[in-house]
Amino acid sequence: MDLLLLVIGAIFVNNVLLAQYLGNCPFCGVSKKLDTAAGMGLAVIFVAVLASVLTWVAHYFVLVPLDLEYLQTLVFVLLIAALVQLVEIFLKKKSQALYRSLGIYLPLITTNCAVLGIALLNIKHELDFATMLIYATSSAAGFALAIVLFAGVRERLLLSPVPPAMRGTAIALVTAGVMSLAFLGFAGMVE
Amino acid sequence: MVIWTPAIVLGGIAALSAAGLGVAARIFRVDEDSRFRGVLGLLPGANCGGCGFAGCAACAEAIVRREVEPNACVLGQTETARAVASYLGMDLIESEPQVACRECRGGERAARKYDYHGFEDCRAAMLYFHGPISCDHGCLGLGTCVKVCRFGAIRMGDLGLPVFDPERCVGCGTCARSCPKGIISIISETTKILHWNRYTECLSPCRQGCPAQINIPKYVAHIKLGEYAEALLTIKESNPLPLSTGRVCPEPCNLACRRQIEDEPVAINYLKRFVADWEMGSGRRLHVPVAPDTGKRIAVVGGGPAGLSAAYFLRRLGHAVTIHERMPALGGMLRYGIPEYRLPKRILDWEIEGILALGIAARTGVALGGDFSCDDLRRQGFDAILLTVGAWRDRRLELRPAGRDPAGVVSATRYLGSFRGGDVAVRGHVVVVGGGNPAIDAARTSLRAGADRVTVVYRRGRDQMPANPAEVRAAEQEGVVFRFLTAPTRYVAESGRITGLAVQRMELDAADPVGRRRPVAVPDTEELLACDLVVEAVGQLPDLDFLNLPGMPPLRVTRWNTIEACEQTLQTEVPDIFTGGDCFTGPALVISAVAAGRYAARSIHYYVTTGAVPPIEERQTELISESLFDSIAGVSAKPRVHEPLVTLDDRLGTFKEVEGTIDEEDARYEAGRCLNCGTYCYDRDQELEAPAAGAESRA
Repeated sequence: MDLLLLVIGAIFVNNVLLAQYLGNCPFCGVSKKLDTAAGMGLAVIFVAVLASVLTWVAHYFVLVPLDLEYLQTLVFVLLIAALVQLVEIFLKKKSQALYRSLGIYLPLITTNCAVLGIALLNIKHELDFATMLIYATSSAAGFALAIVLFAGVRERLLLSPVPPAMRGTAIALVTAGVMSLAFLGFAGMVE
Repeated sequence: MVIWTPAIVLGGIAALSAAGLGVAARIFRVDEDSRFRGVLGLLPGANCGGCGFAGCAACAEAIVRREVEPNACVLGQTETARAVASYLGMDLIESEPQVACRECRGGERAARKYDYHGFEDCRAAMLYFHGPISCDHGCLGLGTCVKVCRFGAIRMGDLGLPVFDPERCVGCGTCARSCPKGIISIISETTKILHWNRYTECLSPCRQGCPAQINIPKYVAHIKLGEYAEALLTIKESNPLPLSTGRVCPEPCNLACRRQIEDEPVAINYLKRFVADWEMGSGRRLHVPVAPDTGKRIAVVGGGPAGLSAAYFLRRLGHAVTIHERMPALGGMLRYGIPEYRLPKRILDWEIEGILALGIAARTGVALGGDFSCDDLRRQGFDAILLTVGAWRDRRLELRPAGRDPAGVVSATRYLGSFRGGDVAVRGHVVVVGGGNPAIDAARTSLRAGADRVTVVYRRGRDQMPANPAEVRAAEQEGVVFRFLTAPTRYVAESGRITGLAVQRMELDAADPVGRRRPVAVPDTEELLACDLVVEAVGQLPDLDFLNLPGMPPLRVTRWNTIEACEQTLQTEVPDIFTGGDCFTGPALVISAVAAGRYAARSIHYYVTTGAVPPIEERQTELISESLFDSIAGVSAKPRVHEPLVTLDDRLGTFKEVEGTIDEEDARYEAGRCLNCGTYCYDRDQELEAPAAGAESRA
């Protein structure tokens, strides 16, 4: 039951994007088309889970024994950057198709604060390894859900008679705000 | 000491990561083509997507992999393509510029299904019952193409139609892809030449009726606006002989003209002649675009209208063409068949000079079979051969005693051919046998050459005569006597010289439901026409004797003595030999020969560049029945202009051109009579009264 609550809480109530406002740059930048948004969402899930595992291990087996918890953010950034690079090199060799379809989004994830945020939250909530895995997956899935929904809205926006001054990113930000308000409605579901 | 631990730990993690990445990079090394960066640097970097790839990087990769040509970038065009090609060490086959154009000429003419007040986007409007207008080809006018164009090359014009700026258009095709009606296409000069009408297009009746498929409403509209150069270039996209056809064409287009339902048809050919003469009168030839050289060589055998037309279009498609002509000068029947008073030789010469000036070589006085063979042409490096040898053998009457002509009997082609200088004198009474244009030409020529009387003998009636009615009328005005329903039976000769022609009355038998009514002789009606010269103008056949000579390909001949070839491609059984014109169809109109020339040029172009000739899908051959109207509501009558004619006194005894060219004022007026038709629509000059309540169509 706790795990279900954890999953629902991570996806809906504390949605990385719409409740915690992490990862806003890809949210605005890669949400113009539904299929690229879905690609970005999947890429984030993949990298966030790997990064969570790596940073969790680094935290509990390197930083804690040495009393260096204050280096957390710095080390995590370093690890995520290296990890993304590694994944990119690996994919380029082993799966050209996936590498091509992820394209520019893979290196962009290096600077995606949602991934770093999830890694930091894992530690902050003092989760054990298994719970951490579930939590990381659900949070990233929340990101994917939000960006796909948002891309759907933006595709419809293209056909709408928007006043010229509001076209493009302006109306997108307003829409994001409205979506965020909508997600606020989930707040009562889980304590 | 506190500082050392974190420094070492951080440094250690960083070093480990770096080492890990280094190892990974070595293990998972991918060999990337170093030329990729170089090509990417040469592309404009606009990431416009016009090439069809997701950005310049993807395009560069495709170029390096040779998946696309170095000229894939539509934005950079020739300069970029040249730079990329030289970087990659490739030869650049230069491509022509391509620009967008639309088919619809419409505005508000199409019937409306409903009033649309939704999103200003054609794609959105299409979702609702296929858009608010009932025409399949009609522009919805909501300007989606204008919005999607990244180069600002499209604006909405006054008629509610997009207008394309060819200077700004890069031919990327975004507008064509965004148009839900599919009425925008990206075309080059080559595409226009290779294009033939399809049933799926918006075609005015005249465009369907013209064998050469000239875009008549377009050039007439240009004339209306005073844009004579554009009008002439439009004609020259389908017909390189506007001066000649402008004089001799019997206007099959006119039979389809919608204005004749309430009024007289538009004088389309006068307009063509007007702009053609305008160019000649201006003393400056218009620049006709020619595609970059393809390196292919084509031999055209026969320099008549079909051969000239084929040579012209093949040259415009970028091939090197050599015309081989048996006679001392080019022009074929235009020169040796059509008399001076209909088509002056200096005008024909000017027209042919213009065609040759595109870079076409001509060898005259060389006959296929006698002076060279098809094998010789292949040895000289020609990639394809086109036979347009025409129909030069005269059919003869079977009236000759002992198979020999008495003196004073001559065939029409030979007779007309002897008048080139107009120096042959004719005396006495000339009888012409036959009812086609050559018969009328022979009759009118005889009058001019000094004959006292000319009689035309034809075995059917006036209505069955294949000659142009206008020509027949003019001949009658000039004094030619017509004897219809009369057939020759025998020659009467004295000491080897003709003195008379025996003829008898004919009548037409009961109407045959399929074919023409046959003339049958009325017994005991023979009479003798005393005469000094008989011209037999009873039809022509292709002269294909050369096919039996050595070095000739094994071409089959049909039972009409024409060359056998595929109707869809004009390709003969020998793949590199094509045919067209009179030697394929039998004697026909000049404009049909011009059309055959372009059709053969299309086939040859595909054959030499791709090896196969693709069929034309939905090719329009019959008039589209929906486009034939019973009435044209909202159009009031407007009289047709008449061409200036030389007075009768001035005609006889000289070969002066009989018909003149209409003046500019008349041309603009006549062009204004055009209804600017589409398949289903036309311009009304008055708004119709609103239909009764409940009816949904609106004019």
